[in-house]
Amino acid sequence: MSVLEVPVLSVKQLNKQYGNGCSTCNYMKLGKVTKNYCHECGTVYACRGVTFDLHHGEVLGIVGESGSGKSTLMKSLYFDEEVTDGDMYVAGFEDGKKNLFMESAQKKRFVRNHLMGKVYQNPILGLKMNFSSIGNIAEKLISAGNRHVGSMETRGAELLEAVNIPIHRMKEEPRNFSGGMQQRVQIAKALSNNPPILLLDEVTTGLDLSVQASVLDLIKGLQRDLNISIVLVSHDLGVIRMLADRTLVMLEGKVIEQGLTDQILEDPQHSYTQQLVHSLL
Amino acid sequence: MEIKDLSKSFILHNQRKHIHAVSNITITVKKGEFIGITGKSGSGKSTILKSIYGTYQVQEGDIWYESSHYGAINLAKATEREMIYLRKHEIGYVSQFLNVMPRTTARELVTGAILEMGQTREMANIETEKILDHFEIGTELWDSYPATFSGGEKLRLNIARAMVKRPRLLLLDEPTASLDHDSKVKVKTLLEQLMNEGTTMLGIFHDLEFMNRLVNKEYSIQNGCFTQAVQ
Repeated sequence: MSVLEVPVLSVKQLNKQYGNGCSTCNYMKLGKVTKNYCHECGTVYACRGVTFDLHHGEVLGIVGESGSGKSTLMKSLYFDEEVTDGDMYVAGFEDGKKNLFMESAQKKRFVRNHLMGKVYQNPILGLKMNFSSIGNIAEKLISAGNRHVGSMETRGAELLEAVNIPIHRMKEEPRNFSGGMQQRVQIAKALSNNPPILLLDEVTTGLDLSVQASVLDLIKGLQRDLNISIVLVSHDLGVIRMLADRTLVMLEGKVIEQGLTDQILEDPQHSYTQQLVHSLL
Repeated sequence: MEIKDLSKSFILHNQRKHIHAVSNITITVKKGEFIGITGKSGSGKSTILKSIYGTYQVQEGDIWYESSHYGAINLAKATEREMIYLRKHEIGYVSQFLNVMPRTTARELVTGAILEMGQTREMANIETEKILDHFEIGTELWDSYPATFSGGEKLRLNIARAMVKRPRLLLLDEPTASLDHDSKVKVKTLLEQLMNEGTTMLGIFHDLEFMNRLVNKEYSIQNGCFTQAVQ
């Protein structure tokens, strides 16, 4: 007897291809296709049939080598890229009954502004580098429907304080900040509308260890205190082990294995996962 | 809980190897019992515990567990979500190693475990101090990082963290390895208390003398198969 749980985010058979495909690769007949690239027409099959559920308060880790489709998946979830086909349901939108990929741009924007937050690997994508830091946060708040300048300023200051950005620098532009600080401004921005879903794409890559530590502590704390659901993409297995409850392993656009994080790390089934885990220092 | 014909093997792709860890293991654990498993290194003791806890995927056999939330559930086939729930609320695992987030203090560690159960923060704070005191972890250590603790302190903290959840089933993976005599006595006292409280436990021990004084039933394992069960 298991209790029926409604996932916060549910993705079914998400496909994303770059290029039109041709008769040799349409059905992924092997031979002309190496990995997920078709030699005939140059089509890249970035995500192939990705399916997963994300539950309330859960951290879902996604690991995989470069080019395995992790970032494409994250972009698709945040509507930065249009998917080729597939379904996505979000609990806060129409009771999770409507496929968001089929909805209008306004509806997508609503979900993105009210129900999601995203932190990009590259801060340039997530922040307006020549706006003030607090302005960046206000931008997200305005798109979520806020109009009161005073309350937005309070909220922004509160968030920047939470991510340890000194208050006297909140009016400064992120381009003057170090990489770690930019990343934390991004996190503050992503959290500003209290999203139930947070998408984190390689948030700690390229940060030095102590800054990485403080970013991880921050994420863990936020997850514990606000009980938000997080999709966490990383190729750092240490980060995944620390934060993720469950983990998906991606290779060549497909999810090849999924399970409890300790199970993936201690008893990997697929040969690629075994190789990955054994590469861990 | 009942383990029936459990088998587990590992396939190592890059070495083209197939390793049989355990085969046809059958154990019956009654509520409130303390079962001990002994055997040499590499005989498959930990494999059994990890299979129960879901760290290893079971290929064959069933692990029937009587859950207070789900009723009778086969852990060998439980979904990830069910396993996460059970780990949070019903099944505890104590290993000889303390695996924790770096930069988390002993106090936060225990509080975090209580919060997972859905307690309020005030309750969790009070409960944490009680439990740390109970497990004889000095107050001066409460706000320092467990990485700096001695082996015995780490282990007690590890048990404390598992215990705050009052698990119905506690899995102990060599909880006394590398401890001195005094620490062992302390751990033993704690385990006895848990037994008296009715916790069902399944433990692996190298220290036979220590184990014999505690357990109700003992299984010994060799090359992945049981050789004997002693009451």
